[in-house]
Amino acid sequence: MSQLSFLAGDSLHFTVAELTRYLRGLIESDYRLGDLTVSGEVSNISRPASGHMYFSLKDADARLRCVMWRAEVARQAFLPTDGQAVEVHGHISLYEAAGQYQLYADDIRLAGEGDLYRAFMRLREKLEAEGLFAPERKRTLPAWPRVIGVVTSPAAAALRDVVDVLRRRYPLAEVVFSPTPVQGVEAPAKIVEALQAVNDFAHPDVILLVRGGGSMEDLAAFNDEDLARAISRSPVPVVSGVGHETDFTIADFVADLRAPTPSAAAEIVSPDREELAARLTKMRASMAASVRGSLLDLRWSLDQQLTRLRLASPRAQLANARQRVDDMERRLAGALGHTLALNRADVRRLGATLEAVGPPAVLARGYALVTRQDDGNLVRSQGQVAKQDGIRVRVQDGSFAAQVTDDPEGDAQAE
Amino acid sequence: MAKAKLTAPKDLSYEDAFDELEALVEQLESGELQLEEALSVFERGQALAARCSDLLEKAQLRLTELAPSEDGSLSPVDFELD
Repeated sequence: MSQLSFLAGDSLHFTVAELTRYLRGLIESDYRLGDLTVSGEVSNISRPASGHMYFSLKDADARLRCVMWRAEVARQAFLPTDGQAVEVHGHISLYEAAGQYQLYADDIRLAGEGDLYRAFMRLREKLEAEGLFAPERKRTLPAWPRVIGVVTSPAAAALRDVVDVLRRRYPLAEVVFSPTPVQGVEAPAKIVEALQAVNDFAHPDVILLVRGGGSMEDLAAFNDEDLARAISRSPVPVVSGVGHETDFTIADFVADLRAPTPSAAAEIVSPDREELAARLTKMRASMAASVRGSLLDLRWSLDQQLTRLRLASPRAQLANARQRVDDMERRLAGALGHTLALNRADVRRLGATLEAVGPPAVLARGYALVTRQDDGNLVRSQGQVAKQDGIRVRVQDGSFAAQVTDDPEGDAQAE
Repeated sequence: MAKAKLTAPKDLSYEDAFDELEALVEQLESGELQLEEALSVFERGQALAARCSDLLEKAQLRLTELAPSEDGSLSPVDFELD
């Protein structure tokens, strides 16, 4: 009967503008809508040249359009990016031109308690309490992974990043790719299956679970409880590389190692070819050096033995004896020289004594020496000369000739 | 050393060759080997190092993807990134 009522003009009749203004009045008269805070995830942010900021807040079930005027934007210490969970303060009104109610925001901050975040924290606490993140559960990565399982989406750049790194660093390995969607409602279960498949059919030494960056919602599949448990059950170590440096997911916490990005995950599990080559070169050099060294050692001890042998030979002993003789001779000569020197000193002393009692000293005291002129014999007795004999008289400072003038006569006392 | 039981270097994987090489270098560096032994260890080490270098130079990353086979199980098949 609505059509009838319509025709009858029973119902109210508005123009669009009138109705819109009416609704706007209704909204604005509700005090609850005049001062409120809404939490949700930011999406579709745009900031045109006007300086105003337009964005949407969403959660799993609904979406709310928001606007923040330029003056308010300028006052904000924090401005959100897409995907962030935030809390926005403002009032609800109706934008008549678009027939759209929206939140006129005057304050915005990162939500520590956004729904996704809260769920994330709850799960994290639960699993942590179960000990799933315990350091002692973390397994050591294989030094030489032969088979590296890679669980990711075939569409993502993450796979290419991983393959590029492994090609460059460690082409000795085999990569087994286990494809799975990494986003969407089914993703967690599919990732669990892909993990299981790669373990069952490829027996890898290590598994990389990777995905490129995205919003917190995009990474939601990696915050799944079943996936966390599948990772902890994996028989081989799992390295996670999900999102960017700053993104942490539950998968990261439970993985044996968390890498900041897919490329980093690939680097962490692979030895570097250049480094390996350098190590080989070093080991070769070190082997050659040790062998050369031990040869030198052997040569040296051989030389030593030869020296000892030479010293012990009869010839050496002979030479040794000769040397000892030489030595003695030298010592003897030395000793002799000493004795001679001593003797010379004696001689000098004796000479002095001699001089003191010798003829010159006697002559100096006034005595004279008389010798015969003809035979030069010293005249000691008057019987040796006769009258007229020539004699020579020697005194202290010279001598002269003389003649015996009388017959010599004996000394009565001397007889 | 049980010389008869040594695997020919060409039949060793990189990691096995490298591990053995590392052990040989340590032995040599300890300086406790008889000369003859040291020389044969050295020779073996050279061969292992050559094997490793060879593998490093020639290695090509093998890339396979798990794909379902007829019986429904998965098996790795060659895979190329374009």
